[in-house]
Amino acid sequence: MNSSGILSVVTFVYGFAAFLYVASWIFKKPEPGRLATWVVFAGLMGNITGIAMRWMESYTLGYGHAPLSNLYESLIFFAGTLAAVYLVIEKKYHNRIIGAFAMPFPFLAMAYASLSPNISDRIQPLLPALKSNWLIAHVVACFIGYAAFAIAFGLSIMYLIKDKDAEGKSQLLERFPKTGVLDELSHQMVMFGFLFLTVGIITGAVWANSAWGRYWGWDPKETWSLITWFIYATLLHARLTRGWHGRRIAYLSVAGFAAVMFTYFGVNLLPGLHSYGAMGR
Amino acid sequence: MNSWQHSPIFKFFASVRVTVTVLLTLAATSVIGTVIPQNQATEAYVQTYGRNLFRLFSVLDMFDMYHSWWFQLLLVLLTINIFICSLDRLPAVWKIVVKPPGFKPSRFQNASCQRQVAISSPGQAQSLLEKALSRNIGRVRLEQARDGYFLWSEKGRWTRLGVYVVHLSVVFLLAGGLIGSFWGFDGAVNITEGETAKTIQLNNSGKSIPLDFEIRCDKFSVSFYDSGAPSEYRSTLTILEKGTPVLTRDIIVNDPLRYKGINLFQSSYGNLPSQNLVLSFTSRATGMEYKEKIAPGLTVTLPEGLGSFTITAFNREHQFKGHAIGEAFVGKLTPPNGDPVEVVLPVKFPSFDRMRKGEVVVAIAETETRYYTGLQVTSDPGVWVVYTGFLLMIAGCIVTFFMSHQQICIEAQIDGKICSVTIRGIANKNKIDIQRKIDAIAAEVAQTENQSKQSSLS
Repeated sequence: MNSSGILSVVTFVYGFAAFLYVASWIFKKPEPGRLATWVVFAGLMGNITGIAMRWMESYTLGYGHAPLSNLYESLIFFAGTLAAVYLVIEKKYHNRIIGAFAMPFPFLAMAYASLSPNISDRIQPLLPALKSNWLIAHVVACFIGYAAFAIAFGLSIMYLIKDKDAEGKSQLLERFPKTGVLDELSHQMVMFGFLFLTVGIITGAVWANSAWGRYWGWDPKETWSLITWFIYATLLHARLTRGWHGRRIAYLSVAGFAAVMFTYFGVNLLPGLHSYGAMGR
Repeated sequence: MNSWQHSPIFKFFASVRVTVTVLLTLAATSVIGTVIPQNQATEAYVQTYGRNLFRLFSVLDMFDMYHSWWFQLLLVLLTINIFICSLDRLPAVWKIVVKPPGFKPSRFQNASCQRQVAISSPGQAQSLLEKALSRNIGRVRLEQARDGYFLWSEKGRWTRLGVYVVHLSVVFLLAGGLIGSFWGFDGAVNITEGETAKTIQLNNSGKSIPLDFEIRCDKFSVSFYDSGAPSEYRSTLTILEKGTPVLTRDIIVNDPLRYKGINLFQSSYGNLPSQNLVLSFTSRATGMEYKEKIAPGLTVTLPEGLGSFTITAFNREHQFKGHAIGEAFVGKLTPPNGDPVEVVLPVKFPSFDRMRKGEVVVAIAETETRYYTGLQVTSDPGVWVVYTGFLLMIAGCIVTFFMSHQQICIEAQIDGKICSVTIRGIANKNKIDIQRKIDAIAAEVAQTENQSKQSSLS
């Protein structure tokens, strides 16, 4: 079985885990949730194995590069990062309902990578511009940031749902973490994501300077990552110095994640230098 | 507080409301330049947007918006705001950091994070609490009270400065950017293999500027993967000072040559029409083949009274009836009587002209490709200021987000055989973490208490 085969299986493993978390939450049974943790873990192991095998396969083909060079490879790395970050949170905060809002993301990322007819899973040689030691640092930092923002988004959605039901009428929301905890947790994720987004933008700038002789060129991908950075910077300032909490912060977190998604997928519709991340080819 | 800190302008800029407004405005306006393509030709814009919209957009600098006065103004506004905000708050924070106010139990009275435990053996309690406190926070200080004592520990006082490091880094980024735009340049030059360049063309103005040294391109090569995708562009460059070679090095994409503060990047390439082009002319009437040396712009007269032939152009990507046929020479064949005909001579298909079925078949007999390398030539004295800003920003973010100034005060009141302990903690950020530490200390105390109870029972 080659890496693509393993990774398509991982898609269904993540999907199954997401299903178990949702089932555990809706039917208020702890067993599926406990199983789900192990399913995520198994999926993550498969994900890592798939990435490692793809790396080795690229050497067998004679191209030899880290599997972080196109949309397919970025999506499978993104899914792995999401699953890993989620497992850390589950271990730290002992709440599996978060899984019902976080695990659909790695499933969707993998499903998109494996099933979309527009995304090729062929291993391709690196273009001259991508041959740089900055490739790994830049892509890894960006996707850890994106994963943290995705989970912050899931938590903010949970916050907004829970906050709607202030009297606690809904039975489904009974075992949700308290709004204060959701607010704090999503804030932690935003800070984590912001640091990695910052590192991602900076490594990208240093790389651009060594490849094209300029550290900033207002290329659409650069600009959109900066827009994302501005939105999260607003969130952090509003919260840390103006004491914003709750709904307003949750809305900013949703807006920030929309910008992340546009930076990731939407920019490919615009012309620019980051076309390696685009579909097809 | 000084009087200037009361001025309305200072107060305006010292407000975080301004920060939030400017950040969101920057985010919103930055979108424009990703939707409207930047720095395109005027005709392209007129075609897309129509005359009226084009005029409106031009007035608003929409076609080079990131360098427009209003966008730059927003960036400057953000920097001033950051600077003033820091100036407004830093002195007080600085005082706290360099001159610690010392321990005052009253400051902990209303702490939001508190836990209470009771210990039945006051004798052992103190060393137990001290150990737990120093493990969770740091060095412990003891202060005696009327009916017991206080243990106090703090850490991370300096981390309060982290956010100012982040703010300083933004000032560095802007300063570096300004230095680059005033004293740096960004240009390009194409150098044919074997030739030397002394001047470059600036990208924004198109002006030619001389360099202090000369650049010779010794060789250019491009290699391909089996799939046909390019694998590497490589130029061998020699730097000459007053005609004397001082340095020879290969450059590839991502590995530029830096010399005297000027960077040479591999950015494009192309090939030139050959200097040694030989064409063959075959007469259909006699079947004779004549070879002639020719170059673009030159005309040769053909034997047998077949007319004359001129090379009019060399195209790198020639389109023939809608098909891309690559590099091609284009010529004009003028027969003695009749209209001139255009003859296309693709380098890849030497006998292409046979298809025309003319009186003379023109073909390429000999040619030799010569490459030129396209170099991006830049100088940016601000780049190290920007890089310093990058490092400061990362370091500052780590400190600001993941470290905090934490203090825990343990109050022990001894009443006969019972020691009642209150653990209180304050932190400037991340209340969850300080609560966790308080819980850890309380749990440790409770565990020891249970063990001593069990041992006294047995």
